[in-house]
Amino acid sequence: MFNRRDFLKAAGASAGIVTLAGCAGSSSGKASGHVVVVGGGYGGATAAKYLRMWSNGSVEVTLIERNSEFISCPISNLVIAGEKTLADITVSYEGLKKWGVRVIHDEVTGIDAEKRKIRLAKHGELGYDRAVLSPGVDFMWDAVPGLKSADAQAKILHAWKAGPQTVALRKQLEDMKDGGVYALCVPKAPYRCPPGPYERASMIAHYFKTKKPKSKVLVLDANEDVTSKKGLFVKAWQDLYKGILEYRPNSELRDVDVASRTAILEFDKVKADVLNVVPPHRAGTLVVQSGVKLANNRWAEVDWTSMESVSAKGIHILGDSTLSAPLMPKSGFMANQHGKTAAAAILNLLAGDAPSTDVMMTNTCYSFVDGQNAIHVASVHKYDTEKKTMIVVPGASGVSSARNEAEAAYAKGWAKNIWADMLT
Amino acid sequence: MNRFHACLALALPALLAATPAAAQDPNAARNMVANCANCHGTNGKAAPGFAMATIAGDSKESLVQRMKEFRAGSRPATVMHQIAKGYTDEQIDLIAGYLAAQQK
Repeated sequence: MFNRRDFLKAAGASAGIVTLAGCAGSSSGKASGHVVVVGGGYGGATAAKYLRMWSNGSVEVTLIERNSEFISCPISNLVIAGEKTLADITVSYEGLKKWGVRVIHDEVTGIDAEKRKIRLAKHGELGYDRAVLSPGVDFMWDAVPGLKSADAQAKILHAWKAGPQTVALRKQLEDMKDGGVYALCVPKAPYRCPPGPYERASMIAHYFKTKKPKSKVLVLDANEDVTSKKGLFVKAWQDLYKGILEYRPNSELRDVDVASRTAILEFDKVKADVLNVVPPHRAGTLVVQSGVKLANNRWAEVDWTSMESVSAKGIHILGDSTLSAPLMPKSGFMANQHGKTAAAAILNLLAGDAPSTDVMMTNTCYSFVDGQNAIHVASVHKYDTEKKTMIVVPGASGVSSARNEAEAAYAKGWAKNIWADMLT
Repeated sequence: MNRFHACLALALPALLAATPAAAQDPNAARNMVANCANCHGTNGKAAPGFAMATIAGDSKESLVQRMKEFRAGSRPATVMHQIAKGYTDEQIDLIAGYLAAQQK
Protein backbone atom coordinates (compact mmCIF):
# COMPACT_ATOMS: atom_id res chain seq x y z
CA MET A 1 0.00 0.00 0.00
CA PHE A 2 1.30 3.42 -0.96
CA ASN A 3 0.70 6.43 1.19
CA ARG A 4 1.19 10.09 0.56
CA ARG A 5 4.65 10.21 2.14
CA ASP A 6 5.94 7.37 -0.07
CA PHE A 7 4.59 9.18 -3.04
CA LEU A 8 6.26 12.45 -2.15
CA LYS A 9 9.58 10.66 -1.68
CA ALA A 10 9.30 9.12 -5.13
CA ALA A 11 8.18 12.35 -6.74
CA GLY A 12 10.80 14.41 -4.91
CA ALA A 13 13.62 12.41 -6.48
CA SER A 14 12.82 13.95 -9.82
CA ALA A 15 11.57 17.32 -8.65
CA GLY A 16 14.48 19.08 -10.31
CA ILE A 17 13.09 18.27 -13.71
CA VAL A 18 9.58 19.36 -12.91
CA THR A 19 10.21 23.09 -12.88
CA LEU A 20 8.32 25.78 -14.63
CA ALA A 21 8.02 24.11 -18.01
CA GLY A 22 5.09 25.75 -19.72
CA CYS A 23 4.17 27.86 -16.72
CA ALA A 24 3.33 31.02 -18.65
CA GLY A 25 -0.36 31.66 -18.20
CA SER A 26 -0.85 28.56 -16.08
CA SER A 27 -3.62 28.20 -13.50
CA SER A 28 -3.66 29.64 -10.02
CA GLY A 29 -1.10 27.07 -8.88
CA LYS A 30 -2.96 26.23 -5.73
CA ALA A 31 -4.27 22.92 -7.03
CA SER A 32 -3.27 20.04 -4.80
CA GLY A 33 -4.37 16.49 -4.24
CA HIS A 34 -3.83 12.99 -5.62
CA VAL A 35 -4.98 11.90 -9.05
CA VAL A 36 -4.89 8.22 -10.00
CA VAL A 37 -4.82 7.58 -13.74
CA VAL A 38 -5.62 4.06 -14.93
CA GLY A 39 -4.33 3.13 -18.38
CA GLY A 40 -1.13 4.54 -19.87
CA GLY A 41 -2.17 4.85 -23.51
CA TYR A 42 -2.79 7.95 -25.59
CA GLY A 43 -5.34 9.32 -23.12
CA GLY A 44 -4.01 8.32 -19.70
CA ALA A 45 -0.31 8.96 -20.27
CA THR A 46 -1.12 12.43 -21.63
CA ALA A 47 -3.35 13.24 -18.65
CA ALA A 48 -0.64 12.07 -16.22
CA LYS A 49 2.09 14.19 -17.81
CA TYR A 50 -0.03 17.31 -18.24
CA LEU A 51 -1.34 17.15 -14.66
CA ARG A 52 2.26 17.23 -13.44
CA MET A 53 3.45 19.79 -16.00
CA TRP A 54 0.58 22.23 -15.65
CA SER A 55 0.49 22.01 -11.83
CA ASN A 56 4.26 22.57 -11.66
CA GLY A 57 4.40 19.39 -9.64
CA SER A 58 1.85 20.43 -6.99
CA VAL A 59 -0.57 17.61 -7.82
CA GLU A 60 0.43 14.02 -7.08
CA VAL A 61 -0.15 11.65 -9.96
CA THR A 62 -0.10 7.86 -9.92
CA LEU A 63 -0.41 5.97 -13.21
CA ILE A 64 -1.57 2.36 -13.13
CA GLU A 65 -0.63 0.46 -16.30
CA ARG A 66 -0.60 -3.29 -16.83
CA ASN A 67 2.04 -3.33 -19.57
CA SER A 68 5.71 -2.60 -18.95
CA GLU A 69 6.05 -0.45 -22.08
CA PHE A 70 3.77 1.62 -24.28
CA ILE A 71 3.12 0.09 -27.71
CA SER A 72 1.31 2.30 -30.23
CA CYS A 73 -1.71 1.23 -32.25
CA PRO A 74 -1.13 4.05 -34.77
CA ILE A 75 1.76 2.95 -37.05
CA SER A 76 1.20 -0.71 -36.03
CA ASN A 77 -0.24 -1.44 -39.49
CA LEU A 78 3.26 -0.71 -40.82
CA VAL A 79 4.62 -3.42 -38.53
CA ILE A 80 1.98 -5.84 -39.84
CA ALA A 81 3.02 -4.93 -43.40
CA GLY A 82 6.72 -5.47 -42.62
CA GLU A 83 7.71 -1.81 -43.03
CA LYS A 84 8.47 -1.25 -39.33
CA THR A 85 9.30 -3.37 -36.28
CA LEU A 86 7.56 -3.56 -32.90
CA ALA A 87 10.58 -1.76 -31.40
CA ASP A 88 9.83 1.22 -33.66
CA ILE A 89 6.39 1.67 -32.05
CA THR A 90 7.43 0.94 -28.44
CA VAL A 91 8.16 3.70 -25.90
CA SER A 92 9.27 3.39 -22.28
CA TYR A 93 7.38 4.83 -19.30
CA GLU A 94 10.66 6.19 -17.83
CA GLY A 95 9.96 9.66 -19.26
CA LEU A 96 6.79 9.97 -17.19
CA LYS A 97 8.73 9.10 -14.04
CA LYS A 98 10.97 12.10 -14.77
CA TRP A 99 7.87 14.28 -14.58
CA GLY A 100 7.27 12.88 -11.09
CA VAL A 101 4.50 10.51 -12.14
CA ARG A 102 4.48 7.41 -9.94
CA VAL A 103 4.11 4.53 -12.41
CA ILE A 104 2.76 1.25 -11.00
CA HIS A 105 2.55 -1.77 -13.27
CA ASP A 106 -0.49 -3.61 -11.98
CA GLU A 107 -4.13 -4.45 -12.63
CA VAL A 108 -7.08 -2.62 -11.11
CA THR A 109 -9.50 -5.04 -9.44
CA GLY A 110 -12.10 -2.56 -8.21
CA ILE A 111 -13.10 1.07 -7.81
CA ASP A 112 -15.09 2.47 -4.89
CA ALA A 113 -16.38 5.80 -6.20
CA GLU A 114 -18.05 6.58 -2.87
CA LYS A 115 -14.89 6.22 -0.79
CA ARG A 116 -12.65 7.29 -3.70
CA LYS A 117 -10.46 4.22 -3.53
CA ILE A 118 -8.94 2.01 -6.23
CA ARG A 119 -8.00 -1.57 -5.43
CA LEU A 120 -5.02 -3.14 -7.19
CA ALA A 121 -4.23 -6.82 -7.67
CA LYS A 122 -0.74 -6.64 -6.16
CA HIS A 123 -0.32 -3.20 -4.58
CA GLY A 124 -3.26 -2.90 -2.19
CA GLU A 125 -5.53 0.14 -2.14
CA LEU A 126 -4.96 3.67 -3.37
CA GLY A 127 -6.99 6.67 -2.28
CA TYR A 128 -7.67 9.44 -4.79
CA ASP A 129 -9.19 12.88 -5.05
CA ARG A 130 -9.87 12.39 -8.75
CA ALA A 131 -9.64 9.20 -10.83
CA VAL A 132 -8.98 9.15 -14.57
CA LEU A 133 -9.94 5.96 -16.39
CA SER A 134 -8.46 5.46 -19.84
CA PRO A 135 -8.59 1.72 -20.53
CA GLY A 136 -9.36 1.87 -24.25
CA VAL A 137 -11.73 -0.75 -25.58
CA ASP A 138 -12.52 -4.38 -24.91
CA PHE A 139 -14.10 -6.78 -27.38
CA MET A 140 -17.67 -8.09 -27.34
CA TRP A 141 -16.82 -11.74 -27.88
CA ASP A 142 -20.48 -12.71 -27.56
CA ALA A 143 -20.91 -11.25 -31.04
CA VAL A 144 -18.48 -13.87 -32.42
CA PRO A 145 -19.23 -17.02 -30.37
CA GLY A 146 -16.55 -19.15 -32.04
CA LEU A 147 -13.86 -16.80 -30.76
CA LYS A 148 -14.79 -16.84 -27.08
CA SER A 149 -11.97 -19.15 -25.99
CA ALA A 150 -8.39 -18.01 -25.50
CA ASP A 151 -7.30 -20.82 -27.79
CA ALA A 152 -9.51 -19.53 -30.62
CA GLN A 153 -8.33 -15.97 -30.04
CA ALA A 154 -4.73 -17.11 -30.38
CA LYS A 155 -5.47 -18.53 -33.85
CA ILE A 156 -7.85 -15.94 -35.30
CA LEU A 157 -6.25 -12.62 -34.43
CA HIS A 158 -7.66 -9.11 -34.05
CA ALA A 159 -4.34 -7.23 -33.81
CA TRP A 160 -6.55 -4.24 -32.84
CA LYS A 161 -4.48 -3.68 -29.70
CA ALA A 162 -0.82 -3.30 -30.56
CA GLY A 163 1.63 -5.76 -29.04
CA PRO A 164 1.97 -9.55 -29.29
CA GLN A 165 -1.05 -9.75 -31.63
CA THR A 166 0.63 -7.32 -34.03
CA VAL A 167 3.71 -9.54 -34.26
CA ALA A 168 1.61 -12.70 -34.51
CA LEU A 169 -0.43 -11.35 -37.43
CA ARG A 170 2.78 -10.36 -39.21
CA LYS A 171 4.02 -13.94 -38.71
CA GLN A 172 0.79 -15.42 -40.14
CA LEU A 173 1.17 -13.24 -43.23
CA GLU A 174 4.82 -14.20 -43.66
CA ASP A 175 3.95 -17.89 -43.30
CA MET A 176 1.07 -17.69 -45.79
CA LYS A 177 1.79 -19.20 -49.20
CA ASP A 178 1.81 -16.93 -52.24
CA GLY A 179 -1.64 -17.25 -53.75
CA GLY A 180 -3.36 -17.22 -50.37
CA VAL A 181 -6.25 -15.06 -49.19
CA TYR A 182 -6.09 -12.63 -46.27
CA ALA A 183 -9.58 -11.61 -45.06
CA LEU A 184 -10.27 -8.75 -42.66
CA CYS A 185 -13.62 -8.51 -40.86
CA VAL A 186 -14.50 -4.92 -39.95
CA PRO A 187 -17.12 -4.31 -37.21
CA LYS A 188 -19.98 -1.85 -37.47
CA ALA A 189 -19.10 1.70 -36.45
CA PRO A 190 -18.38 3.03 -33.89
CA TYR A 191 -15.07 1.25 -33.40
CA ARG A 192 -11.50 2.27 -32.55
CA CYS A 193 -9.70 4.08 -35.40
CA PRO A 194 -12.26 4.48 -38.22
CA PRO A 195 -9.71 4.47 -41.10
CA GLY A 196 -7.57 1.75 -39.47
CA PRO A 197 -9.10 -1.28 -41.23
CA TYR A 198 -8.77 0.33 -44.65
CA GLU A 199 -5.17 1.33 -43.95
CA ARG A 200 -4.44 -2.24 -42.85
CA ALA A 201 -6.04 -3.70 -45.98
CA SER A 202 -4.06 -1.25 -48.14
CA MET A 203 -0.74 -1.97 -46.45
CA ILE A 204 -1.19 -5.74 -46.60
CA ALA A 205 -2.12 -5.39 -50.30
CA HIS A 206 1.10 -3.40 -50.70
CA TYR A 207 3.04 -6.24 -49.05
CA PHE A 208 1.39 -8.83 -51.28
CA LYS A 209 1.96 -6.75 -54.42
CA THR A 210 5.68 -6.50 -53.73
CA LYS A 211 6.35 -9.92 -52.08
CA LYS A 212 3.46 -12.34 -52.76
CA PRO A 213 1.84 -11.09 -55.99
CA LYS A 214 -0.60 -13.99 -56.44
CA SER A 215 -2.23 -13.34 -53.04
CA LYS A 216 -5.46 -11.49 -52.33
CA VAL A 217 -6.86 -9.13 -49.68
CA LEU A 218 -10.57 -9.39 -48.94
CA VAL A 219 -12.27 -6.74 -46.79
CA LEU A 220 -15.54 -7.98 -45.23
CA ASP A 221 -17.06 -4.80 -43.89
CA ALA A 222 -20.13 -4.87 -41.62
CA ASN A 223 -20.74 -1.25 -42.62
CA GLU A 224 -22.60 -0.28 -45.77
CA ASP A 225 -19.59 1.60 -47.08
CA VAL A 226 -16.02 2.62 -46.27
CA THR A 227 -16.47 4.64 -43.05
CA SER A 228 -13.49 7.04 -43.36
CA LYS A 229 -11.58 8.79 -46.18
CA LYS A 230 -13.71 6.79 -48.62
CA GLY A 231 -12.76 8.52 -51.87
CA LEU A 232 -9.05 8.41 -51.10
CA PHE A 233 -9.03 4.74 -50.11
CA VAL A 234 -11.18 3.65 -53.04
CA LYS A 235 -8.92 5.56 -55.45
CA ALA A 236 -5.81 3.96 -53.95
CA TRP A 237 -7.38 0.51 -54.31
CA GLN A 238 -8.28 1.17 -57.97
CA ASP A 239 -4.90 2.72 -58.83
CA LEU A 240 -2.60 0.45 -56.82
CA TYR A 241 -4.32 -2.80 -55.93
CA LYS A 242 -6.65 -3.73 -58.78
CA GLY A 243 -7.04 -7.50 -58.80
CA ILE A 244 -5.41 -7.75 -55.36
CA LEU A 245 -7.83 -6.04 -52.98
CA GLU A 246 -11.56 -6.73 -52.99
CA TYR A 247 -14.00 -4.72 -50.83
CA ARG A 248 -17.37 -6.19 -49.78
CA PRO A 249 -19.76 -3.89 -47.88
CA ASN A 250 -22.73 -5.08 -45.75
CA SER A 251 -20.79 -8.18 -44.73
CA GLU A 252 -21.43 -8.42 -41.02
CA LEU A 253 -19.72 -11.32 -39.32
CA ARG A 254 -22.03 -13.76 -37.46
CA ASP A 255 -19.50 -16.32 -36.34
CA VAL A 256 -16.18 -17.95 -37.15
CA ASP A 257 -15.20 -21.55 -37.75
CA VAL A 258 -11.75 -21.47 -36.26
CA ALA A 259 -10.42 -24.80 -37.57
CA SER A 260 -11.14 -23.95 -41.21
CA ARG A 261 -10.52 -20.18 -40.77
CA THR A 262 -13.96 -19.45 -42.16
CA ALA A 263 -15.87 -16.22 -41.65
CA ILE A 264 -19.59 -16.97 -41.37
CA LEU A 265 -21.70 -14.11 -42.73
CA GLU A 266 -25.47 -13.89 -42.96
CA PHE A 267 -25.71 -15.31 -46.49
CA ASP A 268 -22.20 -16.46 -47.19
CA LYS A 269 -19.18 -18.29 -45.82
CA VAL A 270 -15.69 -17.07 -46.66
CA LYS A 271 -12.64 -19.25 -46.08
CA ALA A 272 -9.30 -17.50 -45.74
CA ASP A 273 -5.69 -18.51 -45.30
CA VAL A 274 -5.23 -15.70 -42.80
CA LEU A 275 -8.46 -14.60 -41.13
CA ASN A 276 -8.25 -11.35 -39.15
CA VAL A 277 -11.36 -10.54 -37.12
CA VAL A 278 -11.87 -7.19 -35.41
CA PRO A 279 -14.87 -7.89 -33.16
CA PRO A 280 -17.30 -5.14 -32.13
CA HIS A 281 -16.06 -3.31 -29.06
CA ARG A 282 -17.25 -1.40 -26.05
CA ALA A 283 -15.65 0.68 -23.29
CA GLY A 284 -12.82 -1.08 -21.49
CA THR A 285 -13.96 -3.58 -18.85
CA LEU A 286 -12.66 -1.32 -16.09
CA VAL A 287 -15.09 1.40 -17.14
CA VAL A 288 -17.98 -1.03 -17.56
CA GLN A 289 -17.39 -2.54 -14.11
CA SER A 290 -16.96 0.85 -12.42
CA GLY A 291 -20.72 1.35 -12.68
CA VAL A 292 -20.59 4.69 -14.54
CA LYS A 293 -23.47 5.52 -16.86
CA LEU A 294 -23.11 3.85 -20.24
CA ALA A 295 -24.95 4.53 -23.48
CA ASN A 296 -26.26 1.38 -25.21
CA ASN A 297 -24.49 -0.58 -22.49
CA ARG A 298 -21.24 0.18 -24.36
CA TRP A 299 -19.79 3.70 -24.05
CA ALA A 300 -19.34 6.05 -21.10
CA GLU A 301 -21.21 9.36 -21.19
CA VAL A 302 -19.02 12.28 -20.13
CA ASP A 303 -19.26 16.00 -19.52
CA TRP A 304 -17.03 17.35 -22.30
CA THR A 305 -15.80 20.29 -20.25
CA SER A 306 -14.13 17.96 -17.75
CA MET A 307 -14.35 14.42 -19.17
CA GLU A 308 -16.06 13.53 -15.86
CA SER A 309 -18.65 10.77 -15.97
CA VAL A 310 -22.18 12.20 -16.07
CA SER A 311 -23.13 9.84 -13.25
CA ALA A 312 -20.04 9.17 -11.09
CA LYS A 313 -18.49 12.23 -9.47
CA GLY A 314 -14.71 12.23 -9.29
CA ILE A 315 -14.31 9.72 -12.14
CA HIS A 316 -13.07 11.10 -15.45
CA ILE A 317 -13.09 8.89 -18.55
CA LEU A 318 -10.95 9.38 -21.65
CA GLY A 319 -10.51 8.15 -25.17
CA ASP A 320 -12.13 5.22 -26.92
CA SER A 321 -14.23 4.32 -23.86
CA THR A 322 -16.33 7.48 -24.21
CA LEU A 323 -19.59 7.91 -26.07
CA SER A 324 -18.08 9.98 -28.86
CA ALA A 325 -19.40 13.46 -29.59
CA PRO A 326 -20.84 13.94 -33.12
CA LEU A 327 -18.15 13.40 -35.81
CA MET A 328 -15.50 12.76 -33.17
CA PRO A 329 -13.45 9.67 -34.01
CA LYS A 330 -12.18 7.09 -31.56
CA SER A 331 -8.52 7.93 -32.21
CA GLY A 332 -5.27 8.16 -30.27
CA PHE A 333 -5.04 11.81 -31.26
CA MET A 334 -8.47 12.48 -29.79
CA ALA A 335 -7.66 10.53 -26.61
CA ASN A 336 -4.59 12.73 -26.16
CA GLN A 337 -6.83 15.79 -26.45
CA HIS A 338 -9.27 14.28 -23.93
CA GLY A 339 -6.32 13.80 -21.54
CA LYS A 340 -5.42 17.49 -21.74
CA THR A 341 -9.02 18.63 -21.28
CA ALA A 342 -9.31 16.37 -18.23
CA ALA A 343 -5.98 17.63 -16.84
CA ALA A 344 -7.03 21.29 -17.20
CA ALA A 345 -10.44 20.62 -15.64
CA ILE A 346 -9.04 18.57 -12.76
CA LEU A 347 -6.52 21.28 -11.89
CA ASN A 348 -9.37 23.80 -11.80
CA LEU A 349 -11.49 21.48 -9.65
CA LEU A 350 -8.64 20.74 -7.24
CA ALA A 351 -8.15 24.50 -6.89
CA GLY A 352 -11.84 25.04 -6.19
CA ASP A 353 -12.66 26.50 -9.61
CA ALA A 354 -15.20 25.29 -12.16
CA PRO A 355 -13.88 23.66 -15.35
CA SER A 356 -13.66 26.04 -18.28
CA THR A 357 -16.25 25.77 -21.01
CA ASP A 358 -13.76 27.15 -23.58
CA VAL A 359 -12.82 23.63 -24.69
CA MET A 360 -11.15 23.16 -28.08
CA MET A 361 -9.91 19.85 -29.49
CA THR A 362 -8.30 18.99 -32.81
CA ASN A 363 -7.86 15.71 -34.61
CA THR A 364 -5.68 14.57 -37.49
CA CYS A 365 -5.59 10.91 -38.49
CA TYR A 366 -2.99 9.87 -41.06
CA SER A 367 -3.29 6.59 -42.95
CA PHE A 368 -0.69 4.98 -45.19
CA VAL A 369 -1.93 3.53 -48.47
CA ASP A 370 1.45 2.12 -49.53
CA GLY A 371 5.09 2.35 -48.42
CA GLN A 372 5.50 5.95 -49.54
CA ASN A 373 2.10 7.66 -49.55
CA ALA A 374 -0.33 8.72 -46.88
CA ILE A 375 -3.67 10.53 -46.58
CA HIS A 376 -5.35 12.35 -43.68
CA VAL A 377 -8.66 13.39 -42.21
CA ALA A 378 -8.68 16.40 -39.87
CA SER A 379 -11.22 18.32 -37.79
CA VAL A 380 -11.41 20.99 -35.09
CA HIS A 381 -14.02 20.58 -32.34
CA LYS A 382 -15.31 23.10 -29.84
CA TYR A 383 -17.63 22.87 -26.85
CA ASP A 384 -21.13 24.13 -27.57
CA THR A 385 -22.62 25.46 -24.34
CA GLU A 386 -26.19 25.11 -25.59
CA LYS A 387 -25.89 21.61 -27.03
CA LYS A 388 -23.59 20.59 -24.16
CA THR A 389 -21.37 18.58 -26.47
CA MET A 390 -18.36 19.02 -28.76
CA ILE A 391 -19.24 20.08 -32.29
CA VAL A 392 -17.05 20.44 -35.38
CA VAL A 393 -16.30 24.12 -36.04
CA PRO A 394 -18.10 24.83 -39.34
CA GLY A 395 -15.62 24.60 -42.23
CA ALA A 396 -12.80 23.28 -40.05
CA SER A 397 -12.50 19.75 -41.35
CA GLY A 398 -11.35 17.93 -44.44
CA VAL A 399 -9.22 15.26 -46.05
CA SER A 400 -6.14 15.19 -48.30
CA SER A 401 -6.66 16.38 -51.87
CA ALA A 402 -4.81 13.25 -53.01
CA ARG A 403 -2.46 10.65 -51.52
CA ASN A 404 1.04 12.09 -51.29
CA GLU A 405 4.56 11.47 -50.04
CA ALA A 406 4.75 14.62 -47.90
CA GLU A 407 2.02 13.31 -45.64
CA ALA A 408 3.84 10.00 -45.18
CA ALA A 409 6.69 12.06 -43.70
CA TYR A 410 4.22 14.05 -41.62
CA ALA A 411 2.59 10.84 -40.38
CA LYS A 412 5.94 9.56 -39.12
CA GLY A 413 6.77 12.94 -37.56
CA TRP A 414 3.32 13.06 -35.97
CA ALA A 415 3.93 9.71 -34.28
CA LYS A 416 7.29 10.82 -32.84
CA ASN A 417 5.82 14.08 -31.58
CA ILE A 418 2.69 12.66 -30.01
CA TRP A 419 4.65 9.88 -28.29
CA ALA A 420 6.98 12.53 -26.88
CA ASP A 421 4.00 14.72 -25.94
CA MET A 422 2.51 11.83 -23.91
CA LEU A 423 5.56 10.13 -22.50
CA THR A 424 8.59 12.42 -22.25
CA MET B 1 -3.00 37.20 -20.70
CA ASN B 2 -5.52 39.55 -19.23
CA ARG B 3 -4.67 40.08 -15.59
CA PHE B 4 -8.11 41.37 -14.70
CA HIS B 5 -9.77 38.25 -15.97
CA ALA B 6 -7.28 36.02 -14.19
CA CYS B 7 -8.05 37.79 -10.92
CA LEU B 8 -11.76 37.56 -11.53
CA ALA B 9 -11.45 33.84 -12.03
CA LEU B 10 -9.63 33.47 -8.72
CA ALA B 11 -12.02 35.64 -6.77
CA LEU B 12 -15.35 34.62 -8.21
CA PRO B 13 -15.43 30.99 -9.25
CA ALA B 14 -19.15 30.80 -8.56
CA LEU B 15 -19.86 33.70 -10.88
CA LEU B 16 -17.55 32.19 -13.49
CA ALA B 17 -19.45 28.92 -13.34
CA ALA B 18 -22.77 30.69 -13.61
CA THR B 19 -21.80 32.81 -16.62
CA PRO B 20 -19.20 30.81 -18.51
CA ALA B 21 -19.62 32.58 -21.83
CA ALA B 22 -18.99 35.98 -20.33
CA ALA B 23 -15.62 35.17 -18.77
CA GLN B 24 -12.31 34.46 -20.50
CA ASP B 25 -10.64 31.28 -19.28
CA PRO B 26 -7.26 32.40 -17.89
CA ASN B 27 -5.74 29.16 -19.23
CA ALA B 28 -7.26 29.41 -22.70
CA ALA B 29 -3.92 30.05 -24.45
CA ARG B 30 -2.14 27.22 -22.61
CA ASN B 31 -5.00 24.81 -23.32
CA MET B 32 -5.24 25.67 -27.03
CA VAL B 33 -1.48 25.35 -27.51
CA ALA B 34 -1.94 21.80 -26.20
CA ASN B 35 -3.97 21.19 -29.38
CA CYS B 36 -0.87 22.03 -31.44
CA ALA B 37 1.36 19.71 -29.39
CA ASN B 38 0.14 16.45 -30.92
CA CYS B 39 1.99 17.29 -34.14
CA HIS B 40 4.33 20.14 -33.18
CA GLY B 41 5.51 18.83 -29.79
CA THR B 42 4.76 19.86 -26.21
CA ASN B 43 4.51 23.67 -26.09
CA GLY B 44 5.39 23.74 -29.79
CA LYS B 45 8.81 22.12 -29.55
CA ALA B 46 8.94 19.38 -32.20
CA ALA B 47 11.11 16.27 -32.23
CA PRO B 48 14.29 17.07 -34.17
CA GLY B 49 14.85 15.40 -37.53
CA PHE B 50 11.19 15.00 -38.52
CA ALA B 51 8.98 16.91 -40.91
CA MET B 52 6.98 18.98 -38.42
CA ALA B 53 8.16 22.51 -37.67
CA THR B 54 9.05 23.68 -34.19
CA ILE B 55 6.75 26.62 -33.55
CA ALA B 56 7.93 27.42 -30.02
CA GLY B 57 9.74 30.73 -29.75
CA ASP B 58 8.69 32.06 -33.16
CA SER B 59 7.62 35.68 -33.18
CA LYS B 60 3.98 36.32 -32.41
CA GLU B 61 3.55 38.37 -35.59
CA SER B 62 4.93 35.59 -37.78
CA LEU B 63 2.73 32.93 -36.13
CA VAL B 64 -0.40 35.07 -36.46
CA GLN B 65 0.39 35.82 -40.09
CA ARG B 66 0.96 32.15 -40.97
CA MET B 67 -2.22 31.00 -39.26
CA LYS B 68 -4.26 33.67 -41.05
CA GLU B 69 -2.69 32.77 -44.39
CA PHE B 70 -3.47 29.08 -43.77
CA ARG B 71 -7.02 30.02 -42.88
CA ALA B 72 -7.43 32.15 -46.00
CA GLY B 73 -5.95 29.40 -48.18
CA SER B 74 -3.15 31.65 -49.44
CA ARG B 75 -0.35 29.60 -47.87
CA PRO B 76 0.43 26.11 -49.23
CA ALA B 77 -0.62 23.40 -46.77
CA THR B 78 -1.53 19.73 -46.46
CA VAL B 79 -3.63 20.00 -43.28
CA MET B 80 -3.14 23.42 -41.66
CA HIS B 81 -5.60 25.15 -44.00
CA GLN B 82 -8.31 22.91 -42.52
CA ILE B 83 -7.21 23.21 -38.88
CA ALA B 84 -6.65 26.99 -38.98
CA LYS B 85 -10.31 27.47 -39.92
CA GLY B 86 -11.24 26.15 -36.47
CA TYR B 87 -9.83 29.17 -34.65
CA THR B 88 -10.99 32.80 -34.39
CA ASP B 89 -8.71 35.84 -34.66
CA GLU B 90 -8.79 36.19 -30.88
CA GLN B 91 -7.85 32.53 -30.37
CA ILE B 92 -5.01 32.75 -32.91
CA ASP B 93 -3.71 35.79 -31.06
CA LEU B 94 -3.71 33.91 -27.75
CA ILE B 95 -2.04 30.82 -29.25
CA ALA B 96 0.65 32.87 -30.99
CA GLY B 97 1.38 34.89 -27.86
CA TYR B 98 1.81 31.76 -25.75
CA LEU B 99 4.03 30.04 -28.33
CA ALA B 100 6.16 33.16 -28.79
CA ALA B 101 6.91 33.12 -25.05
CA GLN B 102 8.25 29.54 -25.18
CA GLN B 103 11.93 28.67 -25.54
CA LYS B 104 12.93 27.44 -28.99
